[in-house]
Amino acid sequence: MRRALGPALQLAAPVLLLVATAGIAVSLSKARQLEFTNALVMAAVVVALYVFVGNSGVISFGHMSFVAVGAYLAGLVSLDPQTKTFTVPGLFPVLRHAQIGLVPSLGLAAAAGAVYALVVGLPLMRLSGLPAGIATFAVLGITYNVLSYWGRVGPQTQTISSVPETGAWTIAAGAILVVAAAFLYQRSRLGRQLRATREDPAAARASGIDVYRQRLLAFTLSGALAGLAGGLYVHQLGLISADLFYLDLTFLTLAMLVFGGVGSLWGAVLGALAISALNSFLGDAEDTVHVGFALKLHAGTRLVTVGAVMALVLILRPSGLTGGREFGLPWRR
Amino acid sequence: MNWGQAIADALALGALYGLVAVGIGLVFGVMRLINFAYGELITAGGYTLAYTGGWPPALSILACVGAVVALALVQERVAFRPLRRFGASPVTMLVATFAVSFLLQAVYLLAFGSRGQIVGTLGGLNSAFTVAGVDIRWILLVTVVTGLVLLAAAAALLGRTTVGLHMRAAAADLRTARILGVRANRVITLSFVVAGVLAAAVSVLYTVQSPLVQPNTGVPITIFALVGVVVGGLDRLWSAALGGFAVGVVYGLFGDLLSSTRSVYLPAVVYGVVIAVLLLRPAGLFAPFRARQVERV
Repeated sequence: MRRALGPALQLAAPVLLLVATAGIAVSLSKARQLEFTNALVMAAVVVALYVFVGNSGVISFGHMSFVAVGAYLAGLVSLDPQTKTFTVPGLFPVLRHAQIGLVPSLGLAAAAGAVYALVVGLPLMRLSGLPAGIATFAVLGITYNVLSYWGRVGPQTQTISSVPETGAWTIAAGAILVVAAAFLYQRSRLGRQLRATREDPAAARASGIDVYRQRLLAFTLSGALAGLAGGLYVHQLGLISADLFYLDLTFLTLAMLVFGGVGSLWGAVLGALAISALNSFLGDAEDTVHVGFALKLHAGTRLVTVGAVMALVLILRPSGLTGGREFGLPWRR
Repeated sequence: MNWGQAIADALALGALYGLVAVGIGLVFGVMRLINFAYGELITAGGYTLAYTGGWPPALSILACVGAVVALALVQERVAFRPLRRFGASPVTMLVATFAVSFLLQAVYLLAFGSRGQIVGTLGGLNSAFTVAGVDIRWILLVTVVTGLVLLAAAAALLGRTTVGLHMRAAAADLRTARILGVRANRVITLSFVVAGVLAAAVSVLYTVQSPLVQPNTGVPITIFALVGVVVGGLDRLWSAALGGFAVGVVYGLFGDLLSSTRSVYLPAVVYGVVIAVLLLRPAGLFAPFRARQVERV
């Protein structure tokens, strides 16, 4: 009983949190709803990031590339071909003529994320530590550069704003799918092998674990989930723009992950939702919010506060809010 | 396009990135920490120059050095020292420097606005003299000379003084160095001071060529210098400097020579080279060849 309940709770807690977020979102006005659905998308992105970074202990600054590829693909194939002829005339014909529904576009996004991650991971997963960080950062730089200037794959430095948007429950379903995949992976034999390499690469190797293969596998899965999250992002926001997927998002999602606790799925979801909530609240407070009294913050306070909070948590509690533990009821610990 | 002109421009850019690379490499050497917030020191220097524009240039530059060194010390004392004491993992440290960079940019945005400030301190150095048909702006000469002088000074500090010896010992193995009586905090503080002075020099030189200072001015400078540091080799100061210099020269040269439709992809090419170097020569292009080290368990 006790053994069965623990793992079930570890999955149920983050899922319930996401469902609650979506539940609140649908009861709100359109503008307010966007803040909640954005939090759900962030949770999906951060969990995708966690599948690799959390389980392997290797840093990646490149994951927003996979999010970007997923978002671009899902967004472009969802657009009306007629619009595309005007807004992005240089597009590859396949992309320009295609128009498919929401679910296939998300599937395509996940596949594209996986393929890109696999191609990148084949050479890069031999690296670890700082070189891995810099190399993945270079991947991000290349992706951003190409997306910004190559007219065959997108609107270059322009923004497309007519991607069909979708409701809170769809976004939540996508985010839950990502969480469930992450959960199943980390409890599987493969996930445990990777976590063993995180704790002690030498001992793991001595026990017959192929570190490179395990990392590559996690990187590819993580890329697929990131691609899917990117698809969710584009359908949540309705925008395609290269600037969305560069340094700001990279930093924000990594900080969310570290804030919640790099070592646990629960931490990834909690971190994403907590920072999103803080971000939204402060954004509102910049044009007056009522918390018993009218609070009006100077424009720009939001960024400073979010930055300060994240820096403080990193400095004072480097293992994050959850300390890298999965969700558990207090008396069970 | 005039080759001589392109080379002259590229050399100046290389000298600038070389200086930034040394600043980043110095702190990395001692602390094993890549400071992403290094560019924000350069930005701070730029703002100081902009707001002291009415002062005599010498005073303005002095204020710039003071402000940047002070900010470098604040970074070290407030953010990085506590992290070190708690024994944070390298990944956490790296993300923390990201956070500090983000925070400082947000503070600049709040304090100085997004439109940017103009620096005119040494604007006169943009005038040119002609040698063999090549227009050489004074600032190019000043940048190269300053770069060489500061590099030599840093090398002398590390190689010829007791405190430099301590810094090198700390870079080789901080824990053992502490056991042998090196005061870790003092060494680290000093490396931040030196890195701060270098950042201030970069602010002064950089703003002559691109006088507009914005909250995110320092970001691309950091990124490219970092690329140079990694390509050159992180573990040695001179190889880091050479790497920064090489990236600057390559970037300047191709930026000048390629047509603009091609040169927009220059960052992608540079990043591609970085990945290739990391995979083929992880210790850096300019690191000495030596037998493959035994993997330590």
